[in-house]
Amino acid sequence: MMPSPLRTELAPALRLLLVLTLLTGLVYPLAVTGLAQVLFPRQANGSLIVHGDTILGSRLIGQPFRDPRYFWSRPSATANAPDNGLASGGSNLGPTNPALRAAAARRIAALRAADPGNTAPVPVDLVTASASGLDPDISPAGAAYQAARVARARGLPLGRVQALIAASTRSRQLGVLGEPRVNVLELNLRLDGRWHTSP
Amino acid sequence: MTANDTLQLVLYLAVLLALVKPLGAYMSLAFAEQPNALTRFGAPIERALYRLAGVHVDEEMDWRRYTVALLAFNLAGLVLLYLLQRAQGVLPLDPAHLPGVRADTAFNTAVSFASNTNWQSYAGETTMSYLTDLLGLTVQNFLSAATGIAVLLAVIRGFRRRNAATIGNVWADLTRATLYVLLPLSLLLALALTSQGVIQNLHANLRIPLLQAPATVSAAATQVLPMGPVASQEAIKQLGTNGGGFFNANSAHPFENPTPLSNFLEMLAILLIPAALCWTFGEMVGDRRQGWALLAAMLVIFVPLAVGCIAAEQAGNPALHGLGIDQHASALQAGGNMEGKETRFGIVNSALWATATTAASNGSVNAMHDSFTPLGGLVPLVLMQLGEVIFGGVGSGLYGMLAFAVVAVFIAGLMVGRTPEYLGKKIEAYEMKMASLVVLIPCALVIVGTAVAVLLPAGRAGLGNPGAHGFSEILYAFSSTANNNGSAFAGLSVNTPFYNFTLGAVMYLARYLLIVGMLAIAGALAAKKHVPESAGTLPTHTPLFVVLLVSTVLVVGALTFLPALALGPIAESLSSVVH
Repeated sequence: MMPSPLRTELAPALRLLLVLTLLTGLVYPLAVTGLAQVLFPRQANGSLIVHGDTILGSRLIGQPFRDPRYFWSRPSATANAPDNGLASGGSNLGPTNPALRAAAARRIAALRAADPGNTAPVPVDLVTASASGLDPDISPAGAAYQAARVARARGLPLGRVQALIAASTRSRQLGVLGEPRVNVLELNLRLDGRWHTSP
Repeated sequence: MTANDTLQLVLYLAVLLALVKPLGAYMSLAFAEQPNALTRFGAPIERALYRLAGVHVDEEMDWRRYTVALLAFNLAGLVLLYLLQRAQGVLPLDPAHLPGVRADTAFNTAVSFASNTNWQSYAGETTMSYLTDLLGLTVQNFLSAATGIAVLLAVIRGFRRRNAATIGNVWADLTRATLYVLLPLSLLLALALTSQGVIQNLHANLRIPLLQAPATVSAAATQVLPMGPVASQEAIKQLGTNGGGFFNANSAHPFENPTPLSNFLEMLAILLIPAALCWTFGEMVGDRRQGWALLAAMLVIFVPLAVGCIAAEQAGNPALHGLGIDQHASALQAGGNMEGKETRFGIVNSALWATATTAASNGSVNAMHDSFTPLGGLVPLVLMQLGEVIFGGVGSGLYGMLAFAVVAVFIAGLMVGRTPEYLGKKIEAYEMKMASLVVLIPCALVIVGTAVAVLLPAGRAGLGNPGAHGFSEILYAFSSTANNNGSAFAGLSVNTPFYNFTLGAVMYLARYLLIVGMLAIAGALAAKKHVPESAGTLPTHTPLFVVLLVSTVLVVGALTFLPALALGPIAESLSSVVH
């Protein structure tokens, strides 16, 4: 049997729990949902890039690219497939784990194989797995490193590719916050001439 | 550290400190015993909630009744969350058709969210239905934070009241903390986050074709975009120092934290209420300087550790030298140790977040701590081991710091040979015993828990990294759960019966034994008479006291954990220098 003071308090505890559950678990999130859907419908539904009836992707969720004609995203450590939207997460490899160095070496080899002759040091974000495994961005350095390869593979002048990089680049928010970054899906859609309709 | 690293750190601290007084003053109105403009405005809603729940808020409770009622409330929440998870497969709002959660995982998660730890042994996107997210996890995000505030209010009354038998009414404290503080702030933050791209819907997950079709047939040609009511949970997750992610990648996930501005707001929310409560405390005990002194002690430890973490991560990973990688910061890249970090946050926002989330007992992450450099990863580990009192959890950080303050004045009293006093109350053997327990219980849980896990095959089974780093993973898991933080060196596989039960038990004991100890102190203090200040009283608002308090926190932490730290991150750091 429960001690009797606990029994006395359990009934009001349970009733208050139910009332506050309705308030914070139902009224509050549904109010946020309603307001968000009215005020910021595009953002609340996933910042989707839509062309006609087709969803081309989300501006916020990275996609994997391995074709030399496209800019490649950050390496992704998600399970089963890179940029797996149902398995977000990082590699969790420790800094001294030999597997981390081996993975970086493999990625450098792949980048060099797609772009023989490019002997520049590889920007660190192109050879390290992101935290989410869904990072939509690469650094401007990572884009610059790949620009010549993409231009060559597509038969485009380098200046044209650089202009598209610039158009897909966001600088620090409000001038100070975060880091400059290039949205990879947006950049690749621009290369394909399919970036018309979207935000 | 780069110039921009410094600028972002300074901006963060400036905005945080600028908000301490306005929010602190607002909360002192919300929790005032005398009616005021704010509580008169909210009175009709309050009364309606009390009537609906059938609770009587006019009767004062002694500390034992307050404790039993609070534990009953938490236990009921824990059981409800457990049942929701187990039954979600047959309940509505489950568009992904997720089955009921396994018993050991559901137990761990229920304890974790009820105790404000929000340790997660599961991956959110493939485990929890929307109904569980809303009625279970979101609710406990609120109520565990409200519980922390309630305990703090009881302790404050202990200092305020004289010769009193009671310490307040727990139902009123829980309701007011939720209604006046947590709900309105969460609503504002949730909408601000949505404007940046945090999703908020009840749609089923969306399957879309990939832009580049894969070269092989076996590879996936599509991507699933997860959906859900994220922003409403994200807001209280940060404001309530909870930290449990909607998704597995937590606040590194672009749908939880899409832009540098959303990151700034979330990081601000992590420390906002714990920092402002210092001001509220000063106001409510009748001497604002007392609150500023506690806040100063927190900052004295926080700022150097933040700088250390940023510097360590910005320096990059020596293990990658010689491969032809550019780890230098420049106008075109953040550089540094980018493994497990997001491009939009770079180094400074990842390291600063790691410091803030472990200073507060939040535990959400926007970068993977397991991949931090040895010394960068040492910072979050140490901040948790200091007992989650450097800001700490909502309410719990400050009451934990008050336990350290009691110990500090006691030590000072011994040094000068007088009876120690704090805020007009004599500190005697009983309070000192309880404060010592509050300080030492988490330490014991970390050390004993880590030792047991390292000794047992089941504890070593899930290591994600070899060598000293593997030991750090286990030490981190117990430091995190025994201090109700919830962040992880996530390489360790913890969704096993062994870890779900041991870490679940550790979280429960750490949270509720400390609450009982603090409420016992509150009851004892309330019963005492007021001691007027005399020439022999040690003033507790001076820089001298701040130094004494900081030293007490650091000495307890260092004496307890230096040997264990030497076996983990320190050994790893030294070995990476040697190679």
